[in-house]
Amino acid sequence: MDDLRAAAASAEDARILDALRAGDEKAFLALVQSLNGPMLRVASLYVSSRGVAEEVVQEAWVGVLSGLPRFEGRSSLRRWIFGILANCAKSRGVREARSTPFSDMGPRDDEDEPAVDPSRFLPPDHPRWPGHWSAPPTAWAEEQVLNKESLAVVEAAIAQLPMNQREVITLRDVLGWNSAEVCESLGLSEGNQRVLLHRARSKVRGVLEKHFGAGGGR
Amino acid sequence: MTRRVPEELTCAEMVRLVTDFLEDALSLEDRTHFEQHLVFCKGCAAYVRQMRKTIEASSALKGEGLSAEAQAELLRLFKGTCK
Repeated sequence: MDDLRAAAASAEDARILDALRAGDEKAFLALVQSLNGPMLRVASLYVSSRGVAEEVVQEAWVGVLSGLPRFEGRSSLRRWIFGILANCAKSRGVREARSTPFSDMGPRDDEDEPAVDPSRFLPPDHPRWPGHWSAPPTAWAEEQVLNKESLAVVEAAIAQLPMNQREVITLRDVLGWNSAEVCESLGLSEGNQRVLLHRARSKVRGVLEKHFGAGGGR
Repeated sequence: MTRRVPEELTCAEMVRLVTDFLEDALSLEDRTHFEQHLVFCKGCAAYVRQMRKTIEASSALKGEGLSAEAQAELLRLFKGTCK
């Protein structure tokens, strides 16, 4: 199944590459439009403002266009483009950090903050139900999870995460990359990636729960 | 020495394992315990459902695209490189 998908993707890549190399402007614009949202999101992980992120995306496209004649298709077109983008964004981020006295890249990874407040479970020495919920989660009004207000809450919660958790949840859940792609692009082991994803998702869930508990839900 | 097989997961353990469960990274044995727990525990069933909804919400986030000027600039660049 994955092989089939990969084959289909590389046929699609070949078609796009041929069009780009032939100077097909429509194909180029279509590619830009399909990727620039995700590219801005990735760039925003590493630089301080939306304006700088736009510059970084532009810079990445310049790199893509100049590299195009030499692109050999060893990785997918998308992976190659995001690789160039990440390099541009990170080096720009480093330059920014040098020019600002206190770099504000969010909190550091706070090791093992529990996913759920331990006080919501019965104590380990409870005679009958150790480690079971004392304050279980209650069902959300699910039709509200995807409304504008909730999505703004999710966006803000992700922005508050430590850098490495934010990278993983952005690529995995927001952009929908699979774990192999994320591991390769961030240089993480599968296990490590899962730990970061777990912390990130748990925190975002917690923020949503507070939001719904505070009258956002039912 | 025999390894103790936990017959039953606690809710606290369920919360710790939820991502491994959703990522399909549990052993068959742990997965079975996890699923058995879900059958009888309303709290954990709600928790897993909320995690799924959280993922769905993340995937529904929209980003803005590049400005029209930025796109026009890129197109100029593209025409330039394709000369």
